[in-house]
Amino acid sequence: MPLRLIKLGLKGTKDEPRFFPPSKELESHYDVVIIGGGGHGLACAYYLARDHGIRNVAVLEQGYLGGGNTGRNTTIVRSNYLTPEGVKFYDASLRLFQDLSTDLDINLFYSTRGHFTLAHSDDAMRTMRWRAEVNKHYGVDSAVVDRQAVADAVPGIDLECGGSPSVMGALYHAPGAVARHDAVAWGYGRAAAQRGVELHQKTRVTGIQQQGGRVVGVDTDRGSISCGAVVSMVAGSTPRIADMVGLPTPIEVFPLQACVTEPVKPFLNTIVVSGSLHVYVSQSSRGELVMGSAVDPMVLHSTRSTFEFVEGLADHMVDLLPFTARMRVNRQWAGMSDMTPDFAPIMGTTPLDGFYLDAGWGTWGFKATPISGKTMAATVANGVNDELIEPFRYSRFADFQMVAEKGAASVGH
Amino acid sequence: MKHIDCPGIGPRPIVEFIYDGEVRPPAPEDASLEVLADRVFNRSGAPGVLREWWYHRPTGSWYVLERDTVTNEIQRAVDPEEVAYAIPML
Repeated sequence: MPLRLIKLGLKGTKDEPRFFPPSKELESHYDVVIIGGGGHGLACAYYLARDHGIRNVAVLEQGYLGGGNTGRNTTIVRSNYLTPEGVKFYDASLRLFQDLSTDLDINLFYSTRGHFTLAHSDDAMRTMRWRAEVNKHYGVDSAVVDRQAVADAVPGIDLECGGSPSVMGALYHAPGAVARHDAVAWGYGRAAAQRGVELHQKTRVTGIQQQGGRVVGVDTDRGSISCGAVVSMVAGSTPRIADMVGLPTPIEVFPLQACVTEPVKPFLNTIVVSGSLHVYVSQSSRGELVMGSAVDPMVLHSTRSTFEFVEGLADHMVDLLPFTARMRVNRQWAGMSDMTPDFAPIMGTTPLDGFYLDAGWGTWGFKATPISGKTMAATVANGVNDELIEPFRYSRFADFQMVAEKGAASVGH
Repeated sequence: MKHIDCPGIGPRPIVEFIYDGEVRPPAPEDASLEVLADRVFNRSGAPGVLREWWYHRPTGSWYVLERDTVTNEIQRAVDPEEVAYAIPML
């Protein structure tokens, strides 16, 4: 639109609408308060406003939008899970992701790459076949491929893994993709704000008020507000929020670290994961190798990253892609993952009326951003769990009905 | 590298240890399913000082340590008698 460009050139941009509306005071009442302004919280706000007409919504974020695990993951989107409930849920998410750039009118750099989960043993090959069959049954594009297919797709790979157990084959998942994670949060945030949702950054929740067995309000460091429902979508801070309402959870917080190398020319078109070597790697659109590993070995409420992580990761990365030995690491960071015993999230209603939980997102939260927003919005609007998230309900532990997703959290934890 | 100082073995590198999570009291034998599920699954997830199991591989010994889960400082080793719930009768 050249005419508009000329107009902007002459008049300047100061009268143009900002990406987010300027911050304002808290109102005294909201229908729904969402704690946590990451991808999940902002997506939930967006779908509440768009699909259910609930617009009197506040998103409270203690830091800045998308500054938690939304901005700390390695941006991989896939749906090749192991359990039927997992496959259906993540596949619905991946389908939403594919149209999301258009939906939110923001370029998410959504890039379908194909995703290899390498198998280094007979046991691992058997699990890959199992996953492939479950995936195909639910219409998800997954197949077991041999080691030559891996060698053809991943230049420079050492199939013998430098003496570690060699690559025998892989589960190949063609729809596996990467996306620009910050833009997912920003896109949902802007679209929610355009529909009347209020976004309050630097607003920390300090308490949750209850009356007669239901939630009636929220205390923050900027004052108290009354509300009809509270949705906790805070990732690594879930136990703190759950303690405010006296709700026990099986969640333990472990740091998950990642790093990127200096940018190099594009050579790696796919996403490569090795459970045995505890590494996963993809190349970003800037040319950096984005690499991650398993969670740290012990509970810690900290986002400090460690030398031990880079040392261990580099050791395994050099086994897999020997030429990376000469590359330098540019940045490293950590996020706080709330891990559950069955490697599945905890979502939906709780024993406390009006208090909803979207938690236990461990190391698998980013790929679920659109569908958790959508299903949580439906759950809050209707007061009952959406069908897709019923297997992930809070009460499943008390009922001994766990999800058994352990085999599919991309790297062995 | 971080070291852990345990009674009897002195400061040892953390890579020699295996972490085994929070010390949870076992459920009583006649516990209801509800209590059992709570003991088996639920954890003290909020930040604070936790009592946790650590296994030292080279010596094959178990320790209970108190650790601040925000600063990652190990505050003290707990005497096993403090965390023993029942002494087996021979």
